[in-house]
Order: sequence, then structure tokens, then C-alpha cells
Amino acid sequence: MSTDPIVRFDEVGFTYPGAERPTLSGIDLVVDEGELCLVVGRTGSGKSTFLRAINGLVPRFTGGLLTGSVSVAGRRTEDHPPRDLADLVGVVGQDPAAGFVTDTVEDELAYAMENLGVAPDIMRRRVEDTLDLLGLHELRTRPLVTLSGGQQQRVAIGAVLTASPRVLVLDEPTSALDPAAAEEVLAALTRLVHDLGITVIVAEHRLERVVQYADRILHLPGGGRPMESGLPAEIMATSPVAPPVVELGRLAGWSPLPLSIRDARRAAAPLRDRLASLAPELDAAAGASAVASATGASVTDASMAGRGTSASDAGVVRASTRGLHAAYGPVVALRGVDVQVRAGEVLALMGRNGAGKSTLLAHLVGLRTPQAGKVDLDGHEPHRLRPAEAIRRIGMVPQDAGILLNADSVDAECRANDHDAGLDAGTTAAALGAIVPGVDPEAHPRDLSEGQRLGLALAVVLAPEPPVVVLDEPTRGLDYEAKDRLIGVLERLVAEGHAVVIATHDVEVVARVADRVIVLADGEVVADGPAREVVVHSPVFAPQVAKVLAPEPWLTVAEVEKALAGVTP
Amino acid sequence: MTSTDSRPGTRDSTGDRDSTGSRTRDSSGDRSPARTRTWLGPRSWRRHPASRRALHPGAWWLWAGGLAAAAMRTTNPFLLALIIGVVAYVVAARRTSAPWARSFGSFARLAVFVVVFRMVIQVLVGERLPGTTLFTLPSVALPSWMAGVSLGGPVTLEALVMAFNQGLRLAAVLICFGAVNSLCSPYRMLRALPAALYEAGVAVTVALSFAPQAVLQAGRIREARRLRGRPVRGVAALRGMALPVLEGALDRSVSLAASMDTRGYGRRATVAPAVRSITSITTGLGLLAVAVGLYGVLDAGAPQALGLPLLGLGSVALAASLFTGGRRAVRTRYRPDLWRLAEWIVSLSGLVALGGMIVAARMPDGSQALNPPAYPLVWPTLPLVAVAGIAVALLPSVAAPRPPAFVAPPVPEAPEVDAPDDGAGGDGGRDAQVPVGPVPADAALPAEVVA
Repeated sequence: MSTDPIVRFDEVGFTYPGAERPTLSGIDLVVDEGELCLVVGRTGSGKSTFLRAINGLVPRFTGGLLTGSVSVAGRRTEDHPPRDLADLVGVVGQDPAAGFVTDTVEDELAYAMENLGVAPDIMRRRVEDTLDLLGLHELRTRPLVTLSGGQQQRVAIGAVLTASPRVLVLDEPTSALDPAAAEEVLAALTRLVHDLGITVIVAEHRLERVVQYADRILHLPGGGRPMESGLPAEIMATSPVAPPVVELGRLAGWSPLPLSIRDARRAAAPLRDRLASLAPELDAAAGASAVASATGASVTDASMAGRGTSASDAGVVRASTRGLHAAYGPVVALRGVDVQVRAGEVLALMGRNGAGKSTLLAHLVGLRTPQAGKVDLDGHEPHRLRPAEAIRRIGMVPQDAGILLNADSVDAECRANDHDAGLDAGTTAAALGAIVPGVDPEAHPRDLSEGQRLGLALAVVLAPEPPVVVLDEPTRGLDYEAKDRLIGVLERLVAEGHAVVIATHDVEVVARVADRVIVLADGEVVADGPAREVVVHSPVFAPQVAKVLAPEPWLTVAEVEKALAGVTP
Repeated sequence: MTSTDSRPGTRDSTGDRDSTGSRTRDSSGDRSPARTRTWLGPRSWRRHPASRRALHPGAWWLWAGGLAAAAMRTTNPFLLALIIGVVAYVVAARRTSAPWARSFGSFARLAVFVVVFRMVIQVLVGERLPGTTLFTLPSVALPSWMAGVSLGGPVTLEALVMAFNQGLRLAAVLICFGAVNSLCSPYRMLRALPAALYEAGVAVTVALSFAPQAVLQAGRIREARRLRGRPVRGVAALRGMALPVLEGALDRSVSLAASMDTRGYGRRATVAPAVRSITSITTGLGLLAVAVGLYGVLDAGAPQALGLPLLGLGSVALAASLFTGGRRAVRTRYRPDLWRLAEWIVSLSGLVALGGMIVAARMPDGSQALNPPAYPLVWPTLPLVAVAGIAVALLPSVAAPRPPAFVAPPVPEAPEVDAPDDGAGGDGGRDAQVPVGPVPADAALPAEVVA
């Protein structure tokens, strides 16, 4: 028994019921004790399926056909249901709150141990240890519903840790978290690996957050092709997807390739010297240059050029709030917020979880009535507008874009939208074609990839051509390719004179696309200014390139590349 | 996992952020009336945060059950009002700030509705009592086979008072139930159940979490509909929302089930087949005996031997089956709730209220006092014994330890659902005190907001 590797996949393949092609195939894998494995791959490449196969949730909770065998410390999932592996494998899903069984932090931590029949005195000790290990001791008696996203994620990790599993499996543990909370969770994970020798297998899209901690990368290419596995530096050297720090390293030709800010800064001294003389072209980065080139036919797309918008409107205030207050019961979400949304720019709202970003967006689109202060949308109060009227003035894609979609097929969704908004038949379909070409019109919206679903939601919202478009956390769950496409769409919208507002935790996306950044904290605006000024010197909101090249104000690899190309012939 | 070396240095930024929160929490709790009482211990200790603990849920249930049973035995409006007042006072003094504690308000609203509804029904179709006629509704002649039911006709003061008293009795029972729900979380009571019943109990909690989940989901879908420019009110909106709401709540139930299984729910110890068959046999026989026994107790014409003895025998058999059945469960219990002096005082005070009511009924004119006749209308008297009993039930407001404190901001999405123009949730939306539920990542969050 002791010679068994902690996790072993033997020729594993898996096909969902009714699917034509296998989601996983030919996976042969041995994971040793105490490794931190990072699973990467595009959306829909089967990362979640792979993770859930480790303790047998796939296929036991999903149906489908699993070939080959998966075993954890010698116990095969074929013979042991997930509950019999509970003492070996802890699984934390994408939405930690969806897995909470009890109602307070302490009870939740003890739940797994109660089921395993751990003796009361040991149980007590482990709960205390876990509270300390994850920094949860202040929260022990708190009801779970009152916790913030980062706290919930740590409780969810703690709740499986108390059973002292040997393997911890996490599916996108930081996707919903602000940068600081994500750091907290990752710090806790590395401590588990280093101090306690727990094997951690984690899937994550935002490589910039995790790649430096990984011992090994498992790359799922998708489409049922076999999995690649290797050391992070090896895989990153050639991988089509890489965090900015790696791209910068490739650009500058650093070897060994740095994976962390610290390593990159050590190697970056010569580059900083070279760049010191070149100020970044201030308008090149954030899409503002697109305004200038908007007259070019390449950017203007007939189906997307709004009736009420044109590039010449750039700078006109489309929506604003004055002294906006909002509260949920005793908790104040916004206190006296003044914000202006201008045509022809991307405004990024940043701030930690719970800072009031979503509440502000909800007021802008009229989902909530202001308790004090005013919201002005081109002379209207958005909460007084009829829904059908409102969507012509402001469009919003909520955090979970899929909730906007409820027809049986993409085609039906588009037609329903044309009908609802009183548009000519085919308008939505045309908008969809401009955003993500090649979506199967017969597909069910639920079966689309994350990026396609977002594209469809965006098409639905953009079809009535609202001059203001609001996106709440649009990059959550998107792979790098889908993010690139989204950024392209946003730049095009701005070029056409739309005002775009995004609320996001993704500092890299902000660095690439935002013109102006507003940072909210505790319901107040603490910073409002050009993106470069606001983010460069913030330890939390600075993108990787800015951190590596500080004090020089560079934000993206593209900027650096352009500047260098200008100097070296 | 059990190593403690890693303790130092684990206080991360969130921990620090929260410490500011906890200071405000502790100071806020000192407004409770127990502050000046010292007879249960030195004042300094009772103010000390360490003296805070959650009372055993069983004690609260016995207390509330005693009061509810007392309320069931009377229609005297003064006694009922007294019970409601006592319960509300104890809740105000000892409820937590947890989300579920807010359910008391919903129960209070429901209670008011019950009283009003009972009176409206009385006016429309109730029994026609003689006496002072207040007004007369046009009466409808009903066919003879509906004798006993009248539609319209004269409405007397006596009839209204009777309806009010009866409505108030039901309202008092509801208030007692609401009180126990806000004094201890429903999940805590489940934890205190015998091991053999635990799994059935968890199934019940999962089922119960379905409704608040659906309410939350309805709120989100309503917003999504508005963002699509679709109507959010009326029949069309309801039809468009029903399916997605159901879908979302079902999705969540499945992921909850997966999470429970992952964490070892349903693991079984291997038990000898003999023990298993003994369990099923005693369960079957016990249930049979209890059923027959209840029949014997309730039906006056049944032989005496069928009553209490069989009921007792059946209960013993059921208890035995719970015990042997519990051996199959490997479950242990984390920090089981203690039963100390405070628990005795709380549970007995509720039972004393019931006792007072029973004794009062046995006194001369007792039934007159407890159930004042509707006709002729008399000013109800206050039986002293009953009043004293109910007054004793006020003890928990002092004797129960104060609950552990924490900041509990509201469920962030609930206000949306509560909006007055709510088409789908209706009044049900108000009780959305979700014990388990996804909190959107960006919603109002306590610790960070405090910081």
C-alpha cells in the first residue's frame, strides 16, 4: 500500500452521456506526495471533469462513461464512492458557497470529521489548528452567509482540510476573488504544501496568479488529446498561453525564464535602463488610440455602429451619479459616490470584494433605486425607465452572463431578442457574428464555451445599441484567447463612441483596456484617474509588467515591445 | 494537519481586518437587560465575552413548546397577549444577530395576518352569534345541505371578539415557533438529534434550503429579465421565470449533494446482520404499539389497557431501535451542546407556564377564566396562577447566557427580492433568511466593510 502513488490515472478516458467525442482520453498520470500541480487548458478542455474524476464525482454525479482506472493511494474510484475517499481527497468546487452544508464556520469545519467519526478531542484540536492555519480564528462563530468571497473560499478549503486528506483538489479557487484575497488563499495553499506535505491539484485560468507556486503543470489541450505534463519553466517557454511576466521574459530573452515578479525584477535591471529613456506612448496602451483610427473601415462594423453613438462624441458624459448612497440593511454599500461615465472610454471599477462595485453598476442600470443622491442617464433616472426603454439606453452583462440566456438554442435566443427589443429580424444574430463568429446557431446556450456564452450575452445586450455598456466581472472563467477577443470587442465599442464600464478584479485586463480607473473602497471613491496613474504604483492593482519595471510606468508587454521595436532597428 | 508549529505567523491581513470588527461587536452586546443582574454570577463574569455561549437548542424548544402548549389551552386574550409579550421580550433579549434570527419578524407579520384573516372569515361566513349587532351584510340563502354555514347576515360584536380570541391563540403559537427559530438555528437542533435520525434530518435541511434558494434565484432572474428589457411583473413574467428558478435551485441541490458526499456524508459502519434485523423489527413493533396506544389514549371508548401501557411500551421499543440504529452511523459530534443550569432554568420555565395553565383550569371557575364564553360577552378575568406561570417563562431573558456575538449583515441579494413591486416572491420573499446560500462575490461583505 505504501508504494502506491498518491494519485494515479491509468489510461483514463471519459465521455459525457450523449456526447460525440470524449472529454478526456488517454490520461496516464502519477502524482507524488507533496506536489503542487497546476492544471491549465482552455475553457471546455475538461479541467473540471479531470479534477472531479479524482475522487469519483465524475462519473458518479454526472453520468457518462469512464474507461481506465483512477486510484487514490491505492483505492480505486470504481470500488469506492466519494464518501469512502473523504479521508484521502478533499475537493473544493468553483463556487464554495454552493457546497456549504451547515450554517456557521466552526460547524462547517467539523462537518467532514463528524461524518468520518473522528474522536471529539481530536476533532476539537484539528478545528483549532485549521482556524489558525487559514487565519479564520476571528470568524469561528460567524454565519457562513455573512462571509466575504475570500473568507468563504478559505472556509471551504478548511472544511475539507480538517478531515486531514492527503490530496486537495481545487477548481479555480481564486476566480471570484480580488487580488488581495487571492493572495491570501494562495499563501494558505503553499503553506499546506510546504509545511504539511499535502498534495495540491489546482486548476486556474489566471496563470499570473499561480504559476510561480506550481511544481508541475498539467496541460489539457482539449478535444480529447492526451495531457502534457512538465516543469513550469519548460511548459511556459513554449506555451501559447502565458502570464505577462513570462511573455516579458521571452521578449527580453531572459534565461532561465522567470515565473515570479521577484525573479523577473532581478533579471530586469538592464531592460529598465534601456526603457528609462523611452516614455510609453501614453495613449497607445488603453485603446484610446483606437478613437483616432475609428474612421478607418477596419474598425467600424456596420452591425455594431450604434445609432446614437459616433466616435466624435468621445468625452461626452453619458451617465453620472451624484452623492449616491446605498445600504443593505445596516451595511452601507455606497456612501456619496460621484462617478462620470464618458463616451469613447473604458472605465474600470476596481476594489476588493464588497467594496460596492456591483451595487454601483446596479444603480447605473436602474436595478436599484437610489436611497440618496442621483443617477443620471442622459437626462433620465434609470430606475424609472421601463425595462424595454432602459435597454436602449444602457446595456448590462451581469457577472453570470448565462443568466441572461434562457432559450433552447442560440438561434432562438437571437430571434427572441429581436422580438423583445423591437429590432429588425437578424440584428442580434449579426451582432453575434461580429463578436464571436462561427457559433453553431442550433447549440444550446448552456453547451457553449464560457467565451461564446459571454459573446452571446454581449450580442443580446448590444443589439438595441445602447450608448452605455456595463460589464460585471466579464473575464471570470475566460481563458487568455477569449480574453483577447473580449478586449478586441471592447476596443471596437469604444472606437464607435460607446461608453464602456467594467467592474473587474483582473488587473491585467485593466492594464490592457482601461482608459480610466476608479477604485472603490468601503463604498467610497478612493481613486479616479487615468489608468496608468492609478494602477502603476498600487501594490495590489498594478499589473505584472508594472511591478517588474517599476518605477517606469509600463503596463503591458505590447507597450514594451512597441517601444523596443522603435529603438532597435 | 494536526501539527501546531504553524501557528505563529498565520494571522494574515484578513484576520487583522476582522479584529476591528470584533471590537465593535462586543461593545454592542452590552445593551442587553442582563447587564445589571448579578444573581447568576459576578457581574464582571457575566459581562465577559467568554460567558457568551449558545444555549442548548433543546432547552429553547422545550421553553417555546411549553408556552405554545399553554397558549393552546386558552382563548383569554389577556393571557395570550401576556404570552406573546413574554416571548417577544425574551427574543429581544437573547436572539443572535445571525440571519436566521430575523425570521421572528416574518413570524410576527404572519401572526398579525392570521388574526385579521380569522376575523374576515368570521364576518363573511362565520357562525352567527346573537348579541350586539354591529352591521349586517346581505345574506345569501344557501341550500339546505350546507346547514351550519352562513354567508353574510348580521355581524355581532360577540362573534368578532370570539374570532379575534381564536385568531390570537393561533398567533401566539406561531410567535412561539418563530421565537425558537430566531433563538437557535434550525441546524443546531438537528445536530442534537439522535444519531439514527441525523441523516433523515439532514435531508430535511437540504429540502428546507430549497425555498430560500429559489427566492434568491428568483431575484437574480428578475434582474436578468429587466436587463433583457422584458416585463418583470404580471403573468407573463411569472411564466418566464418559473422554469429558470426551478432549474437554478435544482442545480444547487445537486452540487450540495456532491459536496456532502465528498465530505463523507453517508459513511456506514459495518454492523452485524443480526443487529440490523433487530433494529428493523423493534422499529416496526414500536411504531405499531405507539399507534395503537395513541388510539387508546385519544378514544374514550377504547379499553384502558390499550392506552398508556401500549404507548409506553412502543416508546421504549422505538428508543431501543434508535439506539441500535445509531450504531450503524459512524458519526461523532463536534462540541455537543451542554446541558447546564441555564438549560434547566430555561426549559423548566416554559413547562411551568404550561403547568400554571393546567392548574388554573382545575380551579373553580377555571374554564370560565381560561376560555371566556363568547356569549354573553363578559370582561375576561385574569387567573392568577396562569399569570404567575407565564411570568416565570420570562426567566430566560436573564438566566440564559448571552449568545456569541458577531456582525451579521443581511443577505446581500435579499433586499432586491423584497422590493415592493415583487411579482413572484410575494410575502414569502420576506423570510429569505437563507441559512446556506451562495453570496455573490461582490455583494456587501462584513469584514472588509468594517475595515
